[in-house]
Amino acid sequence: METKNIMIVGVGGQGSLLASKLLGRLLVNEGYDVKVSEVHGMSQRGGSVVTYVRYGDKVCSPVVDEGEADFIISFELLEAARWLPFLKKDGRIITSTQQVDPMPVITGAAVYPEDLVNKMQATGANVDAFDALSLAQEAGSSKAVNIALMGRVSKYFDFSEETWLKAIEECVPPKFLELNKKAFALGRSK
Amino acid sequence: MKKLMLGNEAAARGLYEAGCGVVSSYPGTPSTEVTECLSKYDEVYSEWAPNEKVAMEVAFGASFAGKRSFCGMKHVGMNVAADPLFTISYTGVNAGMVIGVADDPGMHSSQNEQDSRHYAIAAKLPMLEPADSSECLNFAKQAYDLSEKFDTPVILRLCTRISHSQSIIETSDRVEHPLPPYEKKASKYIMMPGYAKLRHPIVEQRTKDLIAFAEDCPFNRVEMGGTELGIIASGTAYQYAREVFGDSVSYLKLGLVNPLPEELIKSFAAKVDRLVVIEELDPIIEDHCRKLGLKVEGKNLFSCIGEFSQNTVAAALGREPGKGVKIEDAIPPRPPVMCAGCPHRGLFYTLKKNKVIVLGDIGCYTLGAVAPLAAMDSTICMGASVSGLHGFNKARGEDSEGRTVAVIGDSTFMHSGVTGLIDIAYNESNSTVIILDNSITGMTGHQQNPTTGYNIKGDPAGKIDLEALCRSIGINRVRVVDPYNLAECDKAIKEELAVKEPSVIISRRPCALLKYVKHKPPLTVNAEKCRGCKSCMRIGCPAISIVDGIAKIDNTLCVGCGVCQQLCAFGALEGKE
Repeated sequence: METKNIMIVGVGGQGSLLASKLLGRLLVNEGYDVKVSEVHGMSQRGGSVVTYVRYGDKVCSPVVDEGEADFIISFELLEAARWLPFLKKDGRIITSTQQVDPMPVITGAAVYPEDLVNKMQATGANVDAFDALSLAQEAGSSKAVNIALMGRVSKYFDFSEETWLKAIEECVPPKFLELNKKAFALGRSK
Repeated sequence: MKKLMLGNEAAARGLYEAGCGVVSSYPGTPSTEVTECLSKYDEVYSEWAPNEKVAMEVAFGASFAGKRSFCGMKHVGMNVAADPLFTISYTGVNAGMVIGVADDPGMHSSQNEQDSRHYAIAAKLPMLEPADSSECLNFAKQAYDLSEKFDTPVILRLCTRISHSQSIIETSDRVEHPLPPYEKKASKYIMMPGYAKLRHPIVEQRTKDLIAFAEDCPFNRVEMGGTELGIIASGTAYQYAREVFGDSVSYLKLGLVNPLPEELIKSFAAKVDRLVVIEELDPIIEDHCRKLGLKVEGKNLFSCIGEFSQNTVAAALGREPGKGVKIEDAIPPRPPVMCAGCPHRGLFYTLKKNKVIVLGDIGCYTLGAVAPLAAMDSTICMGASVSGLHGFNKARGEDSEGRTVAVIGDSTFMHSGVTGLIDIAYNESNSTVIILDNSITGMTGHQQNPTTGYNIKGDPAGKIDLEALCRSIGINRVRVVDPYNLAECDKAIKEELAVKEPSVIISRRPCALLKYVKHKPPLTVNAEKCRGCKSCMRIGCPAISIVDGIAKIDNTLCVGCGVCQQLCAFGALEGKE
């Protein structure tokens, strides 16, 4: 099969590493060749973060490039808009509607653009925007936002629910398993 | 068992499986996880050294003693370790020695974009460059055999995209190597001129032997496809090329990037119509091809700046690169910022308020250079704040002594700040050095260091007393302040800048992200009292914004540090005990 490209984007500290770990584990369990590329260090301190996940029969490059992403999974609206040029024609953005002001907006040097969901849709992108943070809070902790988001993402893949739950069990500490399963179920059902 | 593994973790696994027994490193993105992962294996002795030079000498000592050893660092760490590097090339090894170095093309977390291959060439050492996690594991493992076979340290070169990408690997068991009896070999290991003159010809012969090895070694391979285009590449550049061209072109994939083969390259060149070298950073393989008299392309098509990707390769070689759409609005950048509750914030605010010239250093606190704090004037390398301040004050004299400081973190001070402070004490400049002691190595992800009292495994260890160290050097004025207390910081900075002798201010409070740090509840804004004056915004805290004309505190970020409270003249920011 042709290599599929997924990007997970957000703000440093939002939990994108667990989301990519979960996706990576699931895809390896399903027998694909997989590459996951992260960036650590300086860019993590509240900066824009991006993780690439690629899978298929044989994956070469560890990164996704402009115009290549089948899916962009975003924790934050502005970050979805920032990485929009990486989306393939007919690709899909699954984004939480959460907004986190970057420092230039906080200091008044820049403006957070309005109505981003409609503007992204107007470019022809398929956008599924929902409030993942509220679902995570409903499940019991705002920290589960990554798994709530992945619940929503799971609807767009053919993998069974059991497959996803198995990967969650393998990636999440037992103490937080029930919470995360609940967040996943909420994301998947809404 | 097959599993996904980070390149760094896979390299650690390979070193472990090969029987590596002693590891000494200094953390540096993107290299840090190699050593962190090694520290989890009980059979391996591992440590964080104060700096890369020490780390490399420890690794050499262990190899000399008969144990397979490793030291890891980022590209700029190699500059610090360069002194031993060039001479252990002469002595060679007893048990195998591997030096891990991780480059950072694109400067995700670095101050420059140097290409470590130059060190392999200059020090005449073999260098291996893996292209995915599986090769990280296998090359790391085979590096020891190479090291022992050719009696040389071997450099394992990684880069950000290899270190921090996960791909599938297969593990196997560790092989132990018994410690041989110690045997004195003066002419091999004492590098005074008489003996070193005997070793240099051995090094030159070794390079010739390694070139012969490179012609037909398992690290280099030819993959023939279409012959219109032949690509020579290593590491990630090979992966990007494969992504674009698949089997439609031919590849010479190099894993041993120093020394480079000659006949292998010539015979590959003869089989293809057009020869192109794709390499990030400097044109090293390309220049080598030119020396062989080959017609080759490379930097005429590709930049020596930044990272590549599949689109870079496609665009340079006549394929249509991928293209996406964007919205019309300008997207504001999202630069990294100091965390809410960061102890560096209060100190930098005070420096800015006092219009102090600040020579900065390498760590999280380099973010003090960013608006709105913008309280930094220079950043060069580890330790340069302290010695740079001494030079600055010697040049400008009293004009600068009363309004210039160096700021340096606890780990960076141990790394190479202390030697600069010795210069200040010895050659007497009225310099004020501020040690930002957050009790951890922060930027690289919380590694222990000689001042924290814990070792790499988190067990209690020797603890360097910073105050006593500074006093013993000859600094008579050493004082400790709490950076959450702005008045105390202000007083200390004013007083220490005023005195006519060297001084050290230790700004001490643990990193707000450390698990053991207990935070106060988030502050709240009293809307009746807030006048919307934006005084609280001057510290650049990501938890504070102005909404509808008054301050708003994000209670998921605020840790109740109270620094903003001290800026509010109206008592509008309220805290709970």
